[in-house]
Amino acid sequence: MSTPLLEISNLKTHFFTRAGVAKAVNGISLTINKGEVVGIVGESGSGKSVTGFSIMGLVDEPGRVVGGSIKFKGRELLTQSVEEWRNFRGNEVAMIFQDPMMTLNPVLRIDTQMIEAVRTHEKVSKAEARKRAVEALAMVGIPSPEERVKAYPHQFSGGMRQRVAIATGLLNRPDLIIADEPTTALDVTIQSQILSEMQTLCRKTGMSLMWVTHDLTVIAGLANRVAVMYAGKIIEEGAVEDVLDKPLHPYTEGLVGSVPSKNHRGEPLYQIPGMTPSLINLPEGCSFRMRCPKATEKCHCEPPVTETANGRRVCCFHPNL
Amino acid sequence: MSEHTTEAVVQAPAVQDESLILEAVKEFFENRVAAVGLVIFIIMIGVALFAPYITPQNPYDLMSIDIMDGKLAPGSKSFDGSVTYWLGTDSQGRDMFSSILYGLRISLGVGVVSTIIALVIGAVIGLWAAFVGGKTDSVIMRIVDLQLSFPAILVALILLAILGKGVDKIILALILVQWAYYARAIRSNVIVERSKEYVEAAKCLALPQRRIMFSHVLPNCTPELIVISTVKVASAIALEATLSFLGLGMPITEPSLGLLISNGFKYLQSGYYWISFYPGVALLILIVSINLVGDRLRDVLNPRLKR
Amino acid sequence: MLAFLIRRISQSAVVLLVMSLLVFVGVFYIGNPIDILIAPDATPAEYARAVHELGLDKPLWEQYTIFLKGALHGDFGNSFVYNEPALKVILDRLPATLELAFTAMFIAVIFGIPLGMVAGMKANNWIGRNIMRFSILGFSLPTFWVGLMLIIIFSVQLNWLPSGGRGETVMLLGIPVSFLTLSGLAHLILPATNLALFKTSLAIRLTRAGVQENMQMDYVKFARAKGLSETRVIGLHVMKNIMIPVITVLGMEFGSLIAFAVVTETIFAWPGMGKLVIDSIGVLDRPIIVAYLLITVTMFIIINLVVDILYSILDPRVRLGQER
Repeated sequence: MSTPLLEISNLKTHFFTRAGVAKAVNGISLTINKGEVVGIVGESGSGKSVTGFSIMGLVDEPGRVVGGSIKFKGRELLTQSVEEWRNFRGNEVAMIFQDPMMTLNPVLRIDTQMIEAVRTHEKVSKAEARKRAVEALAMVGIPSPEERVKAYPHQFSGGMRQRVAIATGLLNRPDLIIADEPTTALDVTIQSQILSEMQTLCRKTGMSLMWVTHDLTVIAGLANRVAVMYAGKIIEEGAVEDVLDKPLHPYTEGLVGSVPSKNHRGEPLYQIPGMTPSLINLPEGCSFRMRCPKATEKCHCEPPVTETANGRRVCCFHPNL
Repeated sequence: MSEHTTEAVVQAPAVQDESLILEAVKEFFENRVAAVGLVIFIIMIGVALFAPYITPQNPYDLMSIDIMDGKLAPGSKSFDGSVTYWLGTDSQGRDMFSSILYGLRISLGVGVVSTIIALVIGAVIGLWAAFVGGKTDSVIMRIVDLQLSFPAILVALILLAILGKGVDKIILALILVQWAYYARAIRSNVIVERSKEYVEAAKCLALPQRRIMFSHVLPNCTPELIVISTVKVASAIALEATLSFLGLGMPITEPSLGLLISNGFKYLQSGYYWISFYPGVALLILIVSINLVGDRLRDVLNPRLKR
Repeated sequence: MLAFLIRRISQSAVVLLVMSLLVFVGVFYIGNPIDILIAPDATPAEYARAVHELGLDKPLWEQYTIFLKGALHGDFGNSFVYNEPALKVILDRLPATLELAFTAMFIAVIFGIPLGMVAGMKANNWIGRNIMRFSILGFSLPTFWVGLMLIIIFSVQLNWLPSGGRGETVMLLGIPVSFLTLSGLAHLILPATNLALFKTSLAIRLTRAGVQENMQMDYVKFARAKGLSETRVIGLHVMKNIMIPVITVLGMEFGSLIAFAVVTETIFAWPGMGKLVIDSIGVLDRPIIVAYLLITVTMFIIINLVVDILYSILDPRVRLGQER
């Protein structure tokens, strides 16, 4: 097998707060191959967004990547200089954020914000950069892009703004786009439009996509592979169909069970009991054991990672094998 | 719902709880600088109150001052050798230390009195506006906004230009400058408080409007009022000093710190710096200590407000 | 936009009218000008004639209309002291005050905004904390006290700068200015610094708050994620968002600089209209007092109006009449 596009191994990103050290990402490993769409699923606070920011080198104070490695096309990212990071961001990997109302600068025109994204990586003329911006806007389905590029963000609706953000991400033809819950803040109809457009884009351009979300249904229609995160760890990983049809980890099972579906109309939805643990005081061993119906004495120790057929991995003493 | 639980809901939450007050006091003293500020402020009040018993001379008793002692440098002995003027004397031979303590008395008095009156007036108007609402509210708030859009000094200047000098007039001016802040602060606070559950509960009990206002809503605005009025006392004192310095405020017979500074200003160029410098230092210590206390109070009391 | 303009202008007119009434009643009615204008030993007949000539026997509203008519034509009566039209006396001193106020604002902007940015980005280290301490001091120290200290230190002790007066002036576009001559500049530095202190503190606080608020925003992260340099993220993205509120507030504060110039001008014997009005209050030169108050209030209202309009032009969200 050739070098994967992105190879994260044992990544640890911790936040050094006054109350203690919050282990937002606590030793995760993940690979993304070229052209692959990978979903990262987890509750809020499970560390899925921080994973994305760690790849971009944009972890905010008081957070810090404290261990592990992130390799992009075989090159280590974590030892890059400031300038190398700057060249990397937006050029090789682009990122799209959750709230489209907030990601675009409200007082700068769309063209300003898109042209600067091109010109910071490539020495092209303003006119050339603008042409590319217009093309990108057209690609994400914005009508009359030549006109709209001159508008301010507030003149767009939420869904349109997210399209602008996606178009901005596409400008430098990155190999990977990290999308941090980009459809959560949008209406369901707009959400599905954007999802299908993203799918088409990936297929057309061959770029990879890392889609971070708390919504399993989004992943189901979009991703090839899914990684489920819980309290800073990936607890299960595998092909989407496999994981959703036959979850191995009790937590994934709970997640899948809590999604309303046609087949179970009228039946009560499953609830995972309890709350996500505080990242500052993680319990010893498996972090899920307090809420787990299958937990035993063994779970006070660190659970092993079991690899099964078709590249599935699960991190549990009692997987549903 | 039983009688007992209703009362519990109607109990205004933050203020009545004694342990919370104790906690706030403890938290206040955790900040050394603020604690020092408070101690200095209390000392200032003490020396101002007891000025006649502490000062070596009564600077406004003509019998006790001697023109021969005029403009003596700090640390000089008096002409007859009986007193040492640690902070020097002014052109009339008054001991600056005594003058400052008497001046402190006047400055503090004017600042505190005007703030209290303005607070009461502002609170009543603010409460009224908030509870009556509608046209009355919007007219009052228009006036408040309008007044606050002009700087305090300009408002005071207009008033004093019209009214002339005098202690009563400067107090009036300081009240007029300040009331609008309180009115606005109270009104916005009341509007927030009013939407809270305990007011709903009080309404359900059919308590009279006035009672709800004064015994339930107002106590919950107190922390905020304490913070604002502390800071405003400092600014009232500073404004009085400024106006007196300009010769618009206190009459010659009531020499506040500002007036002392103004009197010494004439001699500044000739090298008799102490006549205005030391009253200035006293004013500075007073204002900074009050502000330190006010800043800390804001930090300590605000989290309780946010609940 | 037009409706907004009309509403604001008519509001301003009402405010001005109320102010003129207040000032008129206050200065002319409470204090009877007759007692000053006429010799104390005048006969009752002479007194009555003077009252009649000045129109003081007319009903109050009529006197006010006459005053208002005059004021609208710029006629506030002659100054008792200078024996010239009050308006002219004030307008002669306006350039000095404006020069002082503009210089102070300039100082506040070029020191306050960069310091505020540093304080916002380095909120937790000693530089940021010391900048904030300075600004707290700048807020709580009375202007006149700082002015005194500046004189004691820089004029009396160090003898570096003159303690008062205005230096040599030259004509610039028909207006006498002093910042172009060496002596003018030397005389300008202390009073302008004094007047600027409060606004500098304000600019520091506003900018710092703006930086802290904006640095948390997603658009900053998104800009970084695009690969922009930190210089561009802060210099363009953050700055443009901060500048709108900062400039608006500072613009509003320009009027208060003119009001506070009263204090600074008195301390530094700056020959502007602030010093003039303090002197006039001292000698009860009523036409000057009235003219000063009305002119200052008018300037105030115009400044607020202009800033409001500028704000709506600067901020694209307001400009287009849409909600955020």
